Amino acid sequence: MSNVPADLLYTSDHEYVKKTSDAAVVQVGITDYAQGELGDVVFVNLPKVGDKFGEHAVFGTIEAVKAVSELFCPLAGEVVEVNGALDADPATVNGDPYGAGYLIKLRVADAGAMSGLLSAEAYKKHIGE
Amino acid sequence: MPATRTQAPPLAGLVQTERFASRHIGPRPADIEKMLRTVGYASMDAFIDAVIPEDIRLRRPLALAPGRSEREVLQELRRIAAQNQVFRSYIGMGYSGTFTPPVILRNILENPGWYTAYTPYQAEIAQGRLEALLNFQTVVADLTGLPVANASLLDEATAAAEAMYMTVAVSTHTGTPVYLVDSRCHPQTIAVVQTRAEARGIEVVVEDPEQFKFVPGVVGALIQYPATDGAVRDHRAFCERAHAAGALVTVATDLLALTLLSPPGEFGADIAVGNSQRFGVPMGFGGPHAGFFATGEAHKRFLPGRIIGLSKDADGNPALRMALQTREQHIRRDKATSNICTAQVLLAVMASMYAVYHGPEGLTRIAERVHAMTGLLAAALRRLRYTLVNDSWFDTLCVEVEPWAQPRILDHARGRRINLRPMGANRIGIALDETVTLEDLADLISVFSLNEALPYMLSETGEKPAPAIPKALRRTSAFLTHPVFHRHRSETDMLRYMRKLEARDLSLTSAMIPLGSCTMKLNATTEMAAVSWREFNRLHPFAPRDQTQGYQMLFRQLEASLAEITGFAAVSLQPNAGSQGEYAGLLVIRAYHQARGDHGRTTCLIPMSAHGTNPASAVMAGMNVVVVKSDPNGNIDVEDLKAKAAQHKDTLAALMVTYPSTHGVFEASIKNICAIVHQHGGQVYMDGANMNAQVGLCRPGDIGADVCHLNLHKTFCIPHGGGGPGMGPICVAAHLAPFLSGHPVVDLGHRQASGAVSAAPWGSPSILPISWAYIVLMGSEGLTEATKVAILSANYIAKRLEGSFEVLYTAPNGTVAHECIVDTRPFKASAGIEVEDIAKRIIDYGFHPPTVSFPVPGTLMIEPTESEPLAELDRFIEALIAIRGEIREVEEGKADRDNNVLTNAPHTMQRVIADGWDRPYSRELAAFPSAATREHKSWPTVGRVDGAYGDRNLVCTCPPVVSYGS
Repeated sequence: MSNVPADLLYTSDHEYVKKTSDAAVVQVGITDYAQGELGDVVFVNLPKVGDKFGEHAVFGTIEAVKAVSELFCPLAGEVVEVNGALDADPATVNGDPYGAGYLIKLRVADAGAMSGLLSAEAYKKHIGE
Repeated sequence: MPATRTQAPPLAGLVQTERFASRHIGPRPADIEKMLRTVGYASMDAFIDAVIPEDIRLRRPLALAPGRSEREVLQELRRIAAQNQVFRSYIGMGYSGTFTPPVILRNILENPGWYTAYTPYQAEIAQGRLEALLNFQTVVADLTGLPVANASLLDEATAAAEAMYMTVAVSTHTGTPVYLVDSRCHPQTIAVVQTRAEARGIEVVVEDPEQFKFVPGVVGALIQYPATDGAVRDHRAFCERAHAAGALVTVATDLLALTLLSPPGEFGADIAVGNSQRFGVPMGFGGPHAGFFATGEAHKRFLPGRIIGLSKDADGNPALRMALQTREQHIRRDKATSNICTAQVLLAVMASMYAVYHGPEGLTRIAERVHAMTGLLAAALRRLRYTLVNDSWFDTLCVEVEPWAQPRILDHARGRRINLRPMGANRIGIALDETVTLEDLADLISVFSLNEALPYMLSETGEKPAPAIPKALRRTSAFLTHPVFHRHRSETDMLRYMRKLEARDLSLTSAMIPLGSCTMKLNATTEMAAVSWREFNRLHPFAPRDQTQGYQMLFRQLEASLAEITGFAAVSLQPNAGSQGEYAGLLVIRAYHQARGDHGRTTCLIPMSAHGTNPASAVMAGMNVVVVKSDPNGNIDVEDLKAKAAQHKDTLAALMVTYPSTHGVFEASIKNICAIVHQHGGQVYMDGANMNAQVGLCRPGDIGADVCHLNLHKTFCIPHGGGGPGMGPICVAAHLAPFLSGHPVVDLGHRQASGAVSAAPWGSPSILPISWAYIVLMGSEGLTEATKVAILSANYIAKRLEGSFEVLYTAPNGTVAHECIVDTRPFKASAGIEVEDIAKRIIDYGFHPPTVSFPVPGTLMIEPTESEPLAELDRFIEALIAIRGEIREVEEGKADRDNNVLTNAPHTMQRVIADGWDRPYSRELAAFPSAATREHKSWPTVGRVDGAYGDRNLVCTCPPVVSYGS
């Protein structure tokens, strides 16, 4: 069984959204289920601070040994922080996807759009658990 | 006893009747009877009737001659070879004479232990060639001064085109990219770059680099160093100019020259490409040779082709494997930067061994000698009052001649069996190489003096001409400092080094390699013989046609046979690999539509199950990919195809379809599928990867395809060489024939030729005698019989695995084509066993695993081919059944879920012999799980390789020796 924390929001593309102390900024990463399916992550290609993405736009790619997956932006917004530590140690995505293995922090253009994301329950159903 | 008179045998009995087919085909007639009984058919005919849909059957024998004996075919090949004339070549243009050290010739090029291996997908049984390839990458990285090199590309021209794609891929420029190309690049390089650029909407400007303008939109530039006319120029300021404008610089270069010249990486180049041919690989009338490609750390994730990298195995020991595979088309599909699949492994191995054999001092000595000879020739020509176009050079001179004198000089040269390079009407190029002797120089000078007698002694020109390399461009940095390039100077050392590496690899010399979709059949000795004959391998690709009559005859005969086998009208032998065939075929389709004024046809339908190369090739040909669904049986979903063809009817260019399907089934609806595409204005491209199931039984042209490529390295016996060479000629219907690939140097006679796709006009000619010989040896009957047995063998395996494994896809009557997919996905839940575990355990049983996770993740695809004897098929089947038993032990809790013979596989000799053994199963079960392994065992030399570690810490050149230590 994958870890699907109850207090986060999810997309059907297996990204999660986690609130931060700044109400307008959220943390974005891939779910525990997604990292398990990918296997050992070897490289993450992330955007630059200041890049803007629409909802569902591709903001990067994540590579395992035999798979590569596009990363879809769960909400429209502007990148305010990039997890630079993943360059040196991409395996953090496998070990701690919801913590040190996050991908980016995003200033959300429209906080109301969050209501369109999946709840933990809904995401569990989506992955068949 | 009275003497009895024996009757003299009739002469007919003395005619040789040895059938080669019975040598090529593994199972004996009695075996075939047995196999038919197992699959439940009374006769071969009844069986084949059940497998292949009646509406596509070829109900007549192929119109090819009957098979001939090996002796006759060798004689015939000798006759053909004798019609090629080996002149001394000074043409240059990226192809140089070279002396292949005989120890390398015999132990690599002529050695089935090297040439019958496959691409090193299973690293644990491929450490030998992986090390040789790591050496190759080190040679390229050291000599070019760029640290990340790949394991070779198809040729120099395609490497340059790949560099352009990579430049565009890393560029942030939006809008039409502009790419600048040095007019002093080899003409075939310029042509291939232009072909690639045109289809992808890249604008190419060809001019002198001094004139390049780095206006907005320019993403990069390609220059040649030394230039095609021999000039050695300083490009440092040029690179600075390019970088200031945000453009990348690619330098096409020459490895031997770089032993003396400042390397591209040191004067600012971002990418270096070229051909390693002159490192001991014969010219072969154009190929095969190993192209090379190197770049800096910054762009390593955009590098095309295979990269070999260092990682570690399960015991923490260093182990090599293919790195960063997520770059490649089989994973990225239409988003890949390139469609390149294969490398030129056998040739890269030869080139790397040439460097190991000579070492840095030896290579430098060879280069200095060539340079000195060139200087001597230059002095002599100047003494004859000729003007040389350039003041600096490495090995190539460009001589000014009066237009009236040019033909006379060329005539004189021909009289002495010498080929020079005419350049325009008033220049002649002369490129020297390591094979040139002082006598050769004397001949050249006589030619230019237009006099039979040498006007003066060579020694009069001065023993040591001044080097013609500007001081600023002389190499100062060391190269090939790794011990491997210093330890093998004696032939004994060299021989043992090559044998040591060979022994680490599993090739067809020790066991079957049942890789689905790869067709690892016999590469017969007779077929291989001509590859190293001088009449075939010492010709320059641009040698005048009257000297290559033998090759022309062989091409004509081979083309005619392939056309008959595929049911098409015309053939292009230019593509050097299946992927290139796809690309060339799609360009032909594109040119056809455009010639009809149908410019909007850019949609390419591709079934979901297609090989990743298909979508990658379509994108390269300027097409948009639309995916067609598969039905639950793995077949093309005809309703979805109809809907998509109709939806895109105004833009439909082509459907790419593999037949039999990548799922290993003869789809009954194939004719209908082709008809649907034609109704909506599209052409049908058939991927010939699975042609081994069709030859003599059905033909792409009859089925309704318009183009198909053939993997001569699968169906037509060119060996895989451990991951190349390949040949991917395309066959086309009459309406497409005028659009076949052209060539900038050699007129191929296609009226509306599409652009060149390879550097050489006929791809890799020196390996074409292999396919020619196969067809002539087998004849119509033998070829058809081979196909039948290939299909029977696959069905025999599928049948015998019943009850142990599920075969994923079959036709409604339960048959498969020439391969079958075994479903291993259920064991993940039942026993925690992954497909990888099963594949690695198969290694313990002494076999090469089948294809893993293609076309369906979590499955094994098995293709036995017709060449494997029944006893070997049975050994393999029994190994799989035994492994099923081992899985059952885990399922039933008798073996540990995380620590068992499968999860720990493969087992190395070191591991099972080591003093400590803490596994919950015996050493014997680990290493000798079957009777066959006790009789003969191929050991893996490393344990399970950790792919992630190596991809996170890329090391792709020979590591310092300490890291090899304990």
